[in-house]
Amino acid sequence: MRIYADNAATTKMSRAAIDAMLPCMEEQYGNPSSLYALGQRAKEILEKSREEVAAVIGASPREIIFTSGGSEADNQAIRSAAASGRKQGKTHIISTAFEHHAVLHTLEALEREGFTVTLLPVHENGVVRTEELVSAIRDDTCLVSVMYANNEIGTIQPIREIGAICRERGVLFHTDAVQAVGHIPVDVDRDNVDLLSASAHKFGGPKGIGFLYARKGVRLTSLIEGGAQERGKRAGTENVAAAAGMAAALTESCSQMAQTASRLIPLRDRIIEGLREIPHSVLNGDEQLRLPSNVNFCFEGIEGESLLLLLDDKGICASSGSACTSGSLDPSHVLLAIGRVHDVAHGSLRLTLGPDATAEEAEYIIRNVKEVVERLRGFSPVWRDLSSGKRPHIL
Amino acid sequence: MALYSDKVMDHFRNPRNVGTIEDADAVGEAGNAKCGDIMKMYFKIEDEVLADVKFETFGCGSAIASSSMATELIKGKPLSEVEQLTNKAVAEALDGLPDYKMHCSVLAEEAIKSALEDYYTKHPEKKKQ
Repeated sequence: MRIYADNAATTKMSRAAIDAMLPCMEEQYGNPSSLYALGQRAKEILEKSREEVAAVIGASPREIIFTSGGSEADNQAIRSAAASGRKQGKTHIISTAFEHHAVLHTLEALEREGFTVTLLPVHENGVVRTEELVSAIRDDTCLVSVMYANNEIGTIQPIREIGAICRERGVLFHTDAVQAVGHIPVDVDRDNVDLLSASAHKFGGPKGIGFLYARKGVRLTSLIEGGAQERGKRAGTENVAAAAGMAAALTESCSQMAQTASRLIPLRDRIIEGLREIPHSVLNGDEQLRLPSNVNFCFEGIEGESLLLLLDDKGICASSGSACTSGSLDPSHVLLAIGRVHDVAHGSLRLTLGPDATAEEAEYIIRNVKEVVERLRGFSPVWRDLSSGKRPHIL
Repeated sequence: MALYSDKVMDHFRNPRNVGTIEDADAVGEAGNAKCGDIMKMYFKIEDEVLADVKFETFGCGSAIASSSMATELIKGKPLSEVEQLTNKAVAEALDGLPDYKMHCSVLAEEAIKSALEDYYTKHPEKKKQ
């Protein structure tokens, strides 16, 4: 059996997306800025894609800027809000400890440029507390940036409430919605969002494209200077095929969102139930407030990379927040932010189901994760010390 | 290109000399759980020869493969040779490790050195100056 259970990393492209892209490469390959019919036809496809993307999040097409992906959208949203803030003498930004690095590293860069950043705690359940946001907002706060749903542990944040607080206090609100758009209902008006980032390849679209929603009236700063594409806010010849693919994938995933969620939630919960039978394991992130596709566990006494390699041998593609998979000595900042200590965070496993996941696959995953964890524990000196009582169990 | 060589994957999937030795003459350990790697080596020594060696490892694929390969390289060898084993030799025997995984081979060398130290602490008379 071969199971792709790493859909938070990227997704298989949907047929609808591929079908929408091919004609843009084979026939409508014109430059949207060219005045002849071939170019104008490309422009039409581009603008139709923008309308479709805008429609599913309740925005108007003029509020959508196509970017190279979620990271660029995050960078541009935060840089733009910071630039506006600085003009008004406001240099304080609030975000959370478990944001994506596209947000955290941009904030670190801004700190070096004189901004002050407050990172809200996300607690053991991986959810921001709105009362802590209220008390963190200052007179010089120019931006609040809170992700819609976390990419590792899948927890969904109280975005509507956060948006309402920001609106009342007159602070711009950005949300990195890369894991949410196309998976759970997102509406920029209902949610009081001013800036929103999304990425196509997380919902069946192509890699290399995403979008930034910026509410009318919010001033954007260009990250890339050049031509007047994207209303002068993002230079470079537009990737028409990718925009069409993104729009098709998003329209499709949103039209099937309710059915997909109602199918995935019981599978997700079955896997959680099954993996809980592994002694000294813990589910990471709130059990209810989580994406329909996300399962994230820590298993004591084992290390994540070896877990992933053995699961790959079983045909299961998954990911981990261990140091070995993060390319640094520290395990995932998300797991550390919800209070998992290093020793435990190294033994994490993230499974993110695709829309076509089946009950049979869920059982296969449970069976094989159990087997692999047991095998690795069988020759782990840490597990030996835990079992013999030489080292106290954390989980 | 795959992350690891076939040899690393072979030793990771089918680690040699896995386990413990109940009446080990020496035990060595390297690494710590906080960093995500711990290696433990158990030595059975007869007439200054490493008669048997077993390991236990908590760590990534290359850490497990490095311990497995290291035990193969030293098993049955006189201690004078065992103490010569370098991390480079372990990595080379595995047909190389990615740069950022070289520390796994260092851990194997350290675990062996730690076991030898344990042995010589228990038997100071055996240590050749």
